Amino acid sequence: MSSLILIEHHDGRISPACARVVAAARKLGAPIEALVAGYRVEEVAAQAARLDGVSRVLVADDARYADQLAEPLATLLAAHAKRYGYLLAAASTFGKDVLPRAAALAGVGQISEVIEVVDPATFKRPIHAGALVATVRSDAPLKVLSIRATAFESVGEQAPAPIETVEAQGEALGARFVESHREASERPELTAARVVVSGGRGLGSKQNFSLLEGVAGKLDAAIGASRAAVDAGYVSNELQVGQTGKIVAPDLYIAVGISGAMQHLAGMQGAKVIVAINRDEEAPIFQVADYGLVGDLFELLPELERKL
Amino acid sequence: MKIVVPIKRVIDHNVRVRPTADGTGVDSTSVKMAINPFCEIALEEAVRLKERGLASEVLVVTIGTAAAQEQLRGALAVGADRALLIETERALEPLAVARTLTRVVEEERPGLALLGKQAIDSDDNQVGQMLAALLGWPQATFASAVELEGEKARVTREVDGGMVTLELALPAVVTADLRLNEPRYARLPDIMKAKKKPIERRTLEEMALDLPAQTEVLAVETPTPRQRGVILDSVDALIDKLRNVEKVIR
Repeated sequence: MSSLILIEHHDGRISPACARVVAAARKLGAPIEALVAGYRVEEVAAQAARLDGVSRVLVADDARYADQLAEPLATLLAAHAKRYGYLLAAASTFGKDVLPRAAALAGVGQISEVIEVVDPATFKRPIHAGALVATVRSDAPLKVLSIRATAFESVGEQAPAPIETVEAQGEALGARFVESHREASERPELTAARVVVSGGRGLGSKQNFSLLEGVAGKLDAAIGASRAAVDAGYVSNELQVGQTGKIVAPDLYIAVGISGAMQHLAGMQGAKVIVAINRDEEAPIFQVADYGLVGDLFELLPELERKL
Repeated sequence: MKIVVPIKRVIDHNVRVRPTADGTGVDSTSVKMAINPFCEIALEEAVRLKERGLASEVLVVTIGTAAAQEQLRGALAVGADRALLIETERALEPLAVARTLTRVVEEERPGLALLGKQAIDSDDNQVGQMLAALLGWPQATFASAVELEGEKARVTREVDGGMVTLELALPAVVTADLRLNEPRYARLPDIMKAKKKPIERRTLEEMALDLPAQTEVLAVETPTPRQRGVILDSVDALIDKLRNVEKVIR
């Protein structure tokens, strides 16, 4: 039984997470197909066809998918599900919105945030915000998996796989897109960034928090914050990294003036390399940091920015 | 209009969780339990909608053991009107939870089901979407603002990299994200009053739903802890490590 991957795309481009979801699907050992649903998505389909390991791309091109609403997408996905052994999508806000809805329509459960494929029926996933890892087995004939993309390395490119058109189906059921606001920030998106620079209460004020921007700019990094910094009003909570905020797993995470409360560690322990900059050498953040600098961040941060 | 708010009793987020001795579950013996924080936000939103005269009744419902009455009482103390406990010793999977809630919604006929986006124990993030699917209702997940206008809800959703606003024809399912509101604390007189409010109890068995388990948890482990690293003596040493050893910067 093959795997079907729901392709996420914005503005005519596939999400970088898709290449990582294909990597996860390759570990299942089944042939991989991709489903592109959208409006005028010829270019997206062509990109999906080049993901190394995809043997066929199905395209449902119709105005009803223009706004990527979960209702018609889940109906489409569930209608195709019967022919597959696996349905996969990235555990992004898009995948999280659509996939469980499709699973329920197909009458099966979902295994969320898979970080490892142990065998074709057994998967590892973090629970309690990553404080624990569960190994779960599913014997359902259709396994629906959302993939924590950062846990898998992207696949490369291949000669394009064949592309086939499928019939559009599914209704919006009374849902209507009104508007969207993509953040105007030049910084990359927090959960997708390769480098994250986060600040904590140690920064001392809203004004000082902007000191992070210099280093973040040099590293093309996203800016994050600890809960303490959010609670102190330095930044809005959309930047919060932690158990109740965003879970990030960048290649490099730089924690500045963050003591390392459990709440925060739960959101960033998946980073490949962690750097901590803190005045207090006893701070718990140093227990998880690969590299630490102990000292005054108001001296270290400008120096780091200058030398990068 | 009635609002149904399903809630979950979870281990308090400040507890350092551990696997059980046999390594197949999470040890919840004698640890502090709480209402799931995202459920708390959903409840607060429902109560505010009622206070603004946009809803007539707030029903909280949970599926669990008798101990979950504690969280239902807490919900009554912050403004829920009624509470329903569906008793079971089973730990249900999200689809089974959604199927059970579907039955409750069909009986109660609310205009809105408001849920937390996910529980902080199992971290599944599924029940709201599944409930919407089973009911054939529209959904708005990860809500950071909810406005009701007549037969419609206008919901702003927090998505990767920005915000999306949807309009949903009611009845609908909305799941709450962190930014939707800041839940209030219960006042003492309200806690006392909540003690007198009835909690309706029924058993999952008497609902006679077919809820087969589809997954089995084979193991629960603490992830390999990160090794404590090294304290470097200069910014130059740090840049050298990141550039030449880790190769994470250029």
